[in-house]
Amino acid sequence: MISLELYKILKTSEGDLPLDISFQINDGEFITIEGHSGAGKTTVLRLIAGLVKPERGRLVVNGMEWLDTGKNFYLPPQKRNVGFVFQEYSLFPNMTVYENIRYALNGKSGLSQVEEAMEIMELEQLKDRYPLNLSGGQKQRAALARAIVRKPEILLLDEPLSALDSEMRTRLQDYILKVHRLLKLTTIMVSHDISEIFKMSDRVIRLDKGKIINEGAAQEVFHKKYISGKFKFTGDVLDVEKDDVVFIVSVLIGNNIVKVIASREEAEELRTGDKVMIVSKAFNPLIIKI
Amino acid sequence: MTELQPIILSLELAAVTTAVLFVAAIPLAYLLAENNFKLKPVVSAVISMPLVLPPSVIGFYLLVAFSPAHFFGGIIEKAFNIRLVFSFQGLVLSSVIYSLPFMVNPIQAGLESLPHSIKEASYTLGKSKFKTLLKVLLPNIKPSLLTGIVLSFAHTIGEFGIVLMIGGNIPGKTRVASLAIYDEVESLNYHSANIYALTLFVLTFLILLTVYFINGKYLKAGRL
Repeated sequence: MISLELYKILKTSEGDLPLDISFQINDGEFITIEGHSGAGKTTVLRLIAGLVKPERGRLVVNGMEWLDTGKNFYLPPQKRNVGFVFQEYSLFPNMTVYENIRYALNGKSGLSQVEEAMEIMELEQLKDRYPLNLSGGQKQRAALARAIVRKPEILLLDEPLSALDSEMRTRLQDYILKVHRLLKLTTIMVSHDISEIFKMSDRVIRLDKGKIINEGAAQEVFHKKYISGKFKFTGDVLDVEKDDVVFIVSVLIGNNIVKVIASREEAEELRTGDKVMIVSKAFNPLIIKI
Repeated sequence: MTELQPIILSLELAAVTTAVLFVAAIPLAYLLAENNFKLKPVVSAVISMPLVLPPSVIGFYLLVAFSPAHFFGGIIEKAFNIRLVFSFQGLVLSSVIYSLPFMVNPIQAGLESLPHSIKEASYTLGKSKFKTLLKVLLPNIKPSLLTGIVLSFAHTIGEFGIVLMIGGNIPGKTRVASLAIYDEVESLNYHSANIYALTLFVLTFLILLTVYFINGKYLKAGRL
């Protein structure tokens, strides 16, 4: 059980922004912090890890105090047993995968934990490689293995998958879930990928401008804003071509090219490169220029 | 008469100076790279002054400071029984001061170029600042360390003004190669001067060549 109350002034490009949050996390829970960039998500993780100090606050982890500004008490990051996975992997370039993971331990004890972490992350084949010779996904697996080898009381993941392509992302999500299931680690992940949040989290905390604006299961939190009777996507017009009596508009949505039928009047308004919104209501997709 | 002595003395001075500098510069560079304190510009300016000041200016002030008649020189002489003026120890100390920026600046730049997060990753894995410096930061700036070592070594071999003022050109004691060349030319022994000069020339070229070769290899291997 982790309970925290933190207050810190964030220096942003739009001036000072107070980060003022408090919440509790149950043992083994998987929490996602979601919010716009600059909302203070990463800072929350850094505060928990002790990499930055808050102006005011209290942090109690499994009955042990890590921080209490009232008593002027601050446990340095070295003394807090956390696993931190950074967005940019942050493996040590001078060490192999094995040495990176091994570095987390003290002395010769716990070598079996290194083997275990490598096995969970399927890194045996890569153990003698240097980080430079790894792909993004492999680096992040090594970073995860390094973060879990000490069996941390809390695992902090700072947008760990944001630099990966969607296929790699899905695979890494499965690795993270596997770790969470096997080791029952209390985990906090920062993410703004909604499908990822739905797939991974027990609970979502939505952060906006330093405040918690919503909190709960993913379905509840995103219900109002994102789930409605219709679906809509925005994209770019690639091509408009005539086909007998109708026009076919090719639209790029994300990485998919979607073909939509349009009437003459609709098609006349559209040019290649236009931004459009594709909306479906009661089974008939409408295409609307935006 | 050409002797080996001044060349050996030059190499000895450069080696000792570089060793002392290496040990002294790492904490200094770490302090400057890690912290932002009010007096940092002042400290940086003082360290870099030998880059721009004529050696004779530094030599003059060091000569005054080292003199047993003055405060600093007096203390050193009383406490350690070392006279810094006209002695090898004095040469080492003045060379250390004179070559300080050549060691501190590359190491500081190297430390500053490392991403913050690898240091933080090490802290979150429970490792102290000292262990992080030793096992993570320094091994990842090997090219900077090598640059610092070689520049300091080469710069010390090339010193003239300061060694002349502090050392006083005593044969076998403070008469290093650069001074010997000057002496030989003054007494019109061009042949001897040429031997000293050529030795220094070839030596420096070989040292620098080795550095660029090794650093190039590091870059190609892409480890750092």
